[in-house]
Amino acid sequence: MRIAVCIKQVPNTTEVKINPKTNTLIREGVESIINPFDMYAIEEALRLKEKFNAETFVITMGPPQAESALKEAISMGIDNPVLVSDRAFAGSDTWATSLTLAKAIEKIGNIDLIICGKQASDGDTAQVGPGIAAHLNIPQATYVNHIKNINIEEKWIEVSRLLENGFEILRVELPALITVVKEINEPRTPSLKGKMRAKSIQIPVFTNKELQIPENMVGLNGSPTQVVEIFTPSHKVGGKIFQGDPDHIIDQFILEIKDLL
Amino acid sequence: MINYQLTEEQKMIKDLARQIAEEKIKPYSKEWDEKEEFPESAIQALAKSDMNAICIPTEYGGMGGGVFDLCLAVEEIARIDGGVATSYAATFLGMFPILLNGTEEQKKKYLPDIAAGKKLCAFALTEPEAGSDASNVKTTATKDGDYYILNGTKHFITNGGVADINVVIAVTDKSKGARGVSAFIVEKGTDGFTFGKKEEKLGIRCSPTRELIFQDCKIHKSQLLGGMEGLGFIATMRTFDYSRPGVAAQAVGIAQGAMELAIEYAHKRIQFNQKITSFQGIQWMIADMGTKIEAARALVYASAKAADSGQKNIGPASAAAKYFASDVAMEVTTNALQIFGGYGYIKEYPIEKYMRDAKITQIYEGTNQIQRNIVALALIKEFGK
Amino acid sequence: MSGIKIDREKCIGCSACVGVCPVGAISMVDGKAIIDMAKCTLCMSCVSTCPTDAIKVIRQTIVKDMDINSYKGVWVFAEIEEQNIASITYELLGKAKTLAKDLNTYVGAILLGENVKNLSQKLIERGADKVFLIDHSSLKHFISETYANTIINLIKKHKPEILLAGATTLGRSLVSRIAIGAYAGLTADCTGLDIDKERKILIQTRPAFGGNIMARIISPNFRPQMATVRHKVMPEAVIDPTHKGEIIEENFDESFVEKRVKFIDFIKEETSKVNLAEANIIVSGGRGLRNPENFKLLEDLADVLGAAIGSSRACVDAGWIPYSHQVGQTGRTVNPKIYIACGISGQIQHLVGMQSSKVIIAINSDPNAPIFKVADYGLVGDLFTIIPSLTRKLKQLKNK
Repeated sequence: MRIAVCIKQVPNTTEVKINPKTNTLIREGVESIINPFDMYAIEEALRLKEKFNAETFVITMGPPQAESALKEAISMGIDNPVLVSDRAFAGSDTWATSLTLAKAIEKIGNIDLIICGKQASDGDTAQVGPGIAAHLNIPQATYVNHIKNINIEEKWIEVSRLLENGFEILRVELPALITVVKEINEPRTPSLKGKMRAKSIQIPVFTNKELQIPENMVGLNGSPTQVVEIFTPSHKVGGKIFQGDPDHIIDQFILEIKDLL
Repeated sequence: MINYQLTEEQKMIKDLARQIAEEKIKPYSKEWDEKEEFPESAIQALAKSDMNAICIPTEYGGMGGGVFDLCLAVEEIARIDGGVATSYAATFLGMFPILLNGTEEQKKKYLPDIAAGKKLCAFALTEPEAGSDASNVKTTATKDGDYYILNGTKHFITNGGVADINVVIAVTDKSKGARGVSAFIVEKGTDGFTFGKKEEKLGIRCSPTRELIFQDCKIHKSQLLGGMEGLGFIATMRTFDYSRPGVAAQAVGIAQGAMELAIEYAHKRIQFNQKITSFQGIQWMIADMGTKIEAARALVYASAKAADSGQKNIGPASAAAKYFASDVAMEVTTNALQIFGGYGYIKEYPIEKYMRDAKITQIYEGTNQIQRNIVALALIKEFGK
Repeated sequence: MSGIKIDREKCIGCSACVGVCPVGAISMVDGKAIIDMAKCTLCMSCVSTCPTDAIKVIRQTIVKDMDINSYKGVWVFAEIEEQNIASITYELLGKAKTLAKDLNTYVGAILLGENVKNLSQKLIERGADKVFLIDHSSLKHFISETYANTIINLIKKHKPEILLAGATTLGRSLVSRIAIGAYAGLTADCTGLDIDKERKILIQTRPAFGGNIMARIISPNFRPQMATVRHKVMPEAVIDPTHKGEIIEENFDESFVEKRVKFIDFIKEETSKVNLAEANIIVSGGRGLRNPENFKLLEDLADVLGAAIGSSRACVDAGWIPYSHQVGQTGRTVNPKIYIACGISGQIQHLVGMQSSKVIIAINSDPNAPIFKVADYGLVGDLFTIIPSLTRKLKQLKNK
């Protein structure tokens, strides 16, 4: 069994501060981390590796510095990293990103299961996972909170999906793509030996020379959507603060808000 | 304050220990303490992250590090939870006799599993009537053909009941005194080996402290440490020389954690319309805490490096580090609690746990009085003309 | 080749762009900003920060081989929940009506399922001019692949210019597949949709970084322009029983069925009384509650208000309350009418999950807690005094 995990490097929001004057994010010097949801995808792949002796791959698309995200996945125990990186890929929207990743997965070859986090913490779209599945024309199961069963001989996986109002159980033929939610597991910390391995590992890079995607289908050019403007939302300035004798401030407060209720 | 010029691998150990402590220990620390619950998930996380492999040689599947590397890990863990640090370090306490005095077969049999995090260890010396006096144990091992029959009770054994590998000190020949004491490797599940009372403690409450009971417990002679009788006393002494810097590092970690909490609190706490960190009384307390911790750390690191360098007779150095650092830990945690004021005295805030956890470091692995004896005798021997 | 360029003439060296670059690709050299192209991901964050418009994006326009003008109509995917139309659908229809008016076109609704024909009228009452209905046993359970195949076929046949769906677990699982299959631009999680009346295109506004920045996105050269919309952001279309609409029944082609996916079961979650995403009011608790039993105080308040219970990550990690209640970066993103944060300090990971709530009320003993920075109303004090008293007084008010 061969498993591929797709991860994204995102800014660590624990460290993101908001400039109180301009209300903009101060992103300078913010450390990059693996998208928190992707950590669950890595952990699930590692559990399947331990259970089925699966070979695991981790893929990220991004600039050369995204290598550090791959190294972290290696330090946790993933076998093989792949960095998908090319100037031509910059500016990709979810359509172009999922195509590029799909081509990279095809290039690796014979992947039975693709695992993604449910969404990235910076973009929040949750579209790339299903997009990869669509480009590869394989079935998907999103928001998976539990892998109930895998039958390697018959090539299927049975999963529980976490929906707004309950759990759905699906049986999906392999190869398939799943996106996972936080409830599925608790990610492990890296190991010392994993960290040593990560330090010395050579990371293969797939550029578009390897992937051979038409130029008008990658990056900024290949993206059907265009960002025309990025702005900071107008923030509330100075809410009304009540401070003092509890009984008194509660009365004042209720007077103020009762029309809202 | 001081940069110790750690190597890349040492930084790796320190960072990973901190990550595990922050992510896998901190959120559960209070609960484990309250319920006196063994921190299984934390110990497993440490084991799976190769933290138990630190000072096991690479030929046995370890990382090939030394006592200093272990101290870095213990310090980081104790910074968050002194109890978890105790249980973590106890595996090394049980491992060191095998590493230092075991036969090649014994090393090959046990060290790889310990390094891989599959087996936890305990060291069983203390008895109701033999605390710091290793030569006066009452547990007996009587030879019977290819076997030894163990009888007796060990108490106050850290990791008792959870350790898979127990190194047990027992008398094989009473007439020989200290030289008649031997060490045995006893696996959990051996017939005649059971667990007794679990102690309820003031601090390090998540770390189990339990009685080990041997009733006609039959041990094959291949489990005799080093393959020969009489190694018990020397194995114990050598183990303590290697493990005491670890206890000292634990004390430094507890003190460091307490100081950080106190400063963080003091910097938020407003009295008389100002942060209490703006009061000189508090500032001087902070300065003394920081300086003493740094002094203790320097001594601990130096003694650990001495152990690693193969220096002979490191007993006095590791004894000095142990008693100095643990006295600092007690003083710092007491003052850190003081800075919290009334809030420090209630269980809602984490600081009181640090003070409870610190106390044991002055007591176990040789009380601080015994440590002072060791230091004093060494100094008198050298300079007492 | 596309890319990004800084006009050195226009750059005044203010370094505003340096701080916003998420990958640290911009630096100042000789008083001018320089972009390290090896690091730049073309995320566009810097472009609108520049006060002098010195940063320019170079984009080769790829025009898909399609006659854009032949695409007409604003479509909505009707989400079904327990044999009824989900309320998100009515919110979409409300928006679709405005957009269709601006474009002078019709509102369409896609209705798929088994025995759902009777629901068509509900969609018409809420403003659908045409309901594209496929009623078939193979559509009984939502299988994203089967639904996507079916809808892609409808798109090919009827050529809508806009397609909207809810940013729900179902909607998000579905539309990405449609966008890939139909080769269309998709913008996820929109909070604002408008028509550029000159260019007759859809302008989609969506938050990123949990609402700390907003992006306006267009997809001018592809059709349909697809967007998912967050729940509770847009008002529901009002019911108009006189509104007339046409039901267009389409045939189901068996080849659309995704045979590789089998629905096994659905287990309704009994514990979650109130769905956080659906709630109009959320009462949320943090570490300040000190122990799990104190969630009872919040439940009492929630009962009076008809609110759902939320939580910060700290309480979930401590095991005080199940994960399904967690609001924030690794939990759910919510935008209720009123969000009441009790004993929550307001770490950024929590704020990103709730700061688009319409009214934020914070109760906290620390007047410097960051939560007060985003709060519309703040009560400073001991929550163990304030909450029970507030609950009592609101109850009295309600009983009057």
